[in-house]
Amino acid sequence: RSEAPIPDPFWASLSSSSMAATSSSPSLVDTLFQRSLDDLIRALRSSSSSSVLEAAAIARALDEIRREIRSPDLDTKAVALQKLTYLASLHHLDMSWAAFHALELLPSPSLPHPRVAYLAASLSFHPSSTDLLPLATHQLRKHLAPSPPTPPPSWPPALHLLALASSADLACHLASDLLPILSGPLRPKAIATALRAFAVCPDAAPVLFKPLVDCLSLSSEPRAVSAAVSAFCELALAAPDPSPYLPLAPEFYRLLVDSRNNWVLIKVLKIFARLAPLEPRLAVRIHDPVCQLLRRSPAKSLVFECIRTVLSSLSDDDAAVRLAVDKIKEFLASDDDPNLRYLGLQALAMLGPAYLWAVEESREVVIQSLNDTDTNIRHEALCLIMGMLCESNVVEICNLLIQYAMKSDPDFANEILDAVLATCGRNVYELIVDFDWYVSLLGEMARNPHCAKGDEIERQLVDIGLRVRDARPELVLVARDLLIDPAPLGNPFLCRVLSAAAWVSGEYVESSRNLLELVEALLQPRTNLLSSLVRAVYIQAVFKVVTFSFISFIKQIQAFDTKSSADRNAAFESENGVATADKAVIFDSIDNNETIKHESVSHLLDFVETTVGPLSECDDVEIQERARNVLGLIHIIRETRYWDIVAEHGLTRDKKISEIVELMEAAFSEELGPVSTNAQKRDTVPEGLILNENLSDLAEILGDIDVTPCTSILFSLRCHHPTETKEDSAPVIEPSSLLAEHRKRHGLYYLPTEKDEVESNDYPLASDRLLAVSHVDDAKDIVKLTAQSFIPRKAKPTKPRPVVIRLDEGDGVSSSGLTMVKEFKDDLLSGAIRNVLLGNESKPSSSRDMSSDRTSRRGENDASNNNDLFSQPKESNALDGREHRKSSSRKSRHHTRHKEKNGSPGNEDIEETSHRHSTRSSRHQGRHKHRQRGDAPPDVVSQEPVIQDFLL
Amino acid sequence: MGIRFVLLVNKQGQTRLAQYYAEHLTLDERRALEGEIVRKCLARTEQQCSFVEHRNYKIVYRRYASLFFLVGVDNDENELAILEFIHLFVETMDRHFGNVCELDIMFHLEKAHFMLEEMVMNGCIVETSKSNILMPIQLMDKAS
Repeated sequence: RSEAPIPDPFWASLSSSSMAATSSSPSLVDTLFQRSLDDLIRALRSSSSSSVLEAAAIARALDEIRREIRSPDLDTKAVALQKLTYLASLHHLDMSWAAFHALELLPSPSLPHPRVAYLAASLSFHPSSTDLLPLATHQLRKHLAPSPPTPPPSWPPALHLLALASSADLACHLASDLLPILSGPLRPKAIATALRAFAVCPDAAPVLFKPLVDCLSLSSEPRAVSAAVSAFCELALAAPDPSPYLPLAPEFYRLLVDSRNNWVLIKVLKIFARLAPLEPRLAVRIHDPVCQLLRRSPAKSLVFECIRTVLSSLSDDDAAVRLAVDKIKEFLASDDDPNLRYLGLQALAMLGPAYLWAVEESREVVIQSLNDTDTNIRHEALCLIMGMLCESNVVEICNLLIQYAMKSDPDFANEILDAVLATCGRNVYELIVDFDWYVSLLGEMARNPHCAKGDEIERQLVDIGLRVRDARPELVLVARDLLIDPAPLGNPFLCRVLSAAAWVSGEYVESSRNLLELVEALLQPRTNLLSSLVRAVYIQAVFKVVTFSFISFIKQIQAFDTKSSADRNAAFESENGVATADKAVIFDSIDNNETIKHESVSHLLDFVETTVGPLSECDDVEIQERARNVLGLIHIIRETRYWDIVAEHGLTRDKKISEIVELMEAAFSEELGPVSTNAQKRDTVPEGLILNENLSDLAEILGDIDVTPCTSILFSLRCHHPTETKEDSAPVIEPSSLLAEHRKRHGLYYLPTEKDEVESNDYPLASDRLLAVSHVDDAKDIVKLTAQSFIPRKAKPTKPRPVVIRLDEGDGVSSSGLTMVKEFKDDLLSGAIRNVLLGNESKPSSSRDMSSDRTSRRGENDASNNNDLFSQPKESNALDGREHRKSSSRKSRHHTRHKEKNGSPGNEDIEETSHRHSTRSSRHQGRHKHRQRGDAPPDVVSQEPVIQDFLL
Repeated sequence: MGIRFVLLVNKQGQTRLAQYYAEHLTLDERRALEGEIVRKCLARTEQQCSFVEHRNYKIVYRRYASLFFLVGVDNDENELAILEFIHLFVETMDRHFGNVCELDIMFHLEKAHFMLEEMVMNGCIVETSKSNILMPIQLMDKAS
């Protein structure tokens, strides 16, 4: 066998001509002229210039490998496997088919072969996809067999494979084989492997856990301690309930005080952060060492971990938090290191609204970070600011952010819009008091040149309309401003917003000030840029406006009738209709500032008729249908006799007209409201209808269709890019500026005109105007922002928050079956661990049934225990009850402590120091406890404590 | 799992070493994941921080000449410690290969894997001493 220094092309032709013809079985040629891994890499490198060449080279290599790997010669097989591993790992090729060949190489007596096989296996095996894994059991056991005094070289790779790919069966079978290694020189590796065994097979815990705990002891070597600590860290972080690890707290505490290894300290701190919520006294104990590390450690990683621990576990301790905040400031001030600045912002965000002062102190840095070159840092700063929002500062901060978004780059501008929309809309607008302001802010957001959040703005505009009655007038104003501006019509991102604006101004037309202006806006020629569905909404809004104006006109006349009939009888007759109309104006001006005159209504009808008329021939059915509705309505109105009579002078009543008015009023009188997300649940299931609980079958039918639920309350509008329809709508009388704009846009359909005319009538596009604002004054703006305080001001005398209709109260979240299974497994593990640590390991080889039984019992105990520690009693009665229980548990702990003392004298030291500490730092709490101890009723039985008290 | 994966990627975005822990990904998932990560991280400049949030975990990365070292970690992992781990990995390789470069790792992928195996098992860092990490490899070199 040679290492094939033969040039590539020669070999290639040889192999393809001789091999392809005969068969794919391995031959002597393969063995003799096999390419080594280095040759393969060189070949790949030389063909890496083009992807086609490379793909061909890989395919050729794969052909070779498939032949060579079946060779009876182990060297040939090993090299083939080596090459396959390389290709699979770096070129994403499938190598699961070679699993058996890797297993074949495992027993080889030559040292490199098993190594190659183990590497291939650890990169490709997985219990879920490798059926052949059980075949490895025997060989793994052989490789893990103890052979003192020196560990055989087969141990590390075998352990590595076990750590990466062991299934439950494999872990159970080999757990006992790990034991001798757990006390040998390869302890760290064995510990990491044991961790995997726990994860896949909780039954292994009784066997493996004790040696793992032993690794924490003083006598073991530092590497083993380090590995054991990180294993416990993983276990404690992964467990849904970390209380089984509480008894190990003294060991961890010793490490926290003694260890000089930063890796270990970081992991220990993580463990304490997890355990501290379970045992309030732990926080008191770790306070001093953590603060000391925080002050003295030169390692930033450790300092950061200390900050995290303080913020999560010692957040009640003002001195510690003060210290941590000072360190955070140091992080934030490091101009040359973006990593520290990023982490500093993250740490500030952990503080939460309770520590506004801390953020306040770093306000300038936080706000400057909005301008950082790093998008991640900007994002963190934005999140931080959003986290600080409260009712009293939401107006100022959001205003400034939206202004800032006008000038920042498109991505970040949208991120800001997203954050503001999400925060303000959270929990049915809980932060918003002044809805008029918020609605106008929504309008401003839509005007952002980069705005791509049209969907959410649309949703909120409509949602607020439905939920907040008091906001409707302002909403209509905002909608008017959006509709009247021709610029947004060309922006595909805004068509949803415009659709919402059109709907709002149609639905709440009674709040509108100038109906003619509104109709002109809704029917302006540029609306043909909109998608047909949005346009349909526009025309429907016109329909509502026409209805409203007609109804109110008729009603006004009727009201005048009733009022003036009395007048007429008493006094002189009016000479003509104009005089009476004038009177009507006087009467109505009392309740309504603007009266609707006959001329204006008829002008409105004329305008609508001429503009909508051409649309009734439109290709699109939606538009056509609605246009015809509008025209039909106008036709009915014009037909009534009342119309003409009023125009002259007589005031004869027509029955028909009041019928029409009543009918039209009824059609739009019912108010639309928000729909509860749980509305469907309240429906009773009709008889005979079988509901399918599990909708997983749907997945097959739907395939990869993305089924996102429609978030729109209104109708789901497909957002087309506006296609420019050829047919121009309605040559109507309209402001000349609009015409000029239209001419500018669609110049090719116009006859050439003088240049200056076009320019003079030009109006600035919204986006042009905004983009024109120079970026220079960014800094100035930022400074303006820094002047703002996050600290909530004293509540200003503002108007009370309007009523917001909300329907959904706390939806219960049901856990899925999958998480249940996982929790069950975790419970098994923690149950087993608890048994080991608490010393009642009566049956190490516990069957699954047994352990599950035990966990369920433990679960009950836990429930009561957790209540004890976590529940926040609201009533003083509840508090008393809790105190009683606590004292009882205290008592029993006291009891067990005495037992402990006899056994371990070492614990006594810890107990004394902690006692001293607790009396010093939390004196009032201590006094409290003393009193309880005296008060505790004597008949409380000590059955509560599951966790023995090793600490005190 | 502390560490979810270790990836070495060159400037062109080609994978040079990939080791996943505990998490089992299909080939397509792996390709997609590596593509996304590479797109996210390689576009970043020196002045930007070394941490990127991706899906439900964090990526801590560091660039050495033409190679990017990317480590995917759980959200509660200490970012700065992982940066130190990356540096340790690079220093270890540097000590073994002497002025390590991309080609060394390409032609000695196995050795790079062995070093990583010595340092990380099952997502936990188990060895941080350079000489201890390199000992088995030196023994192997001597034997062959």
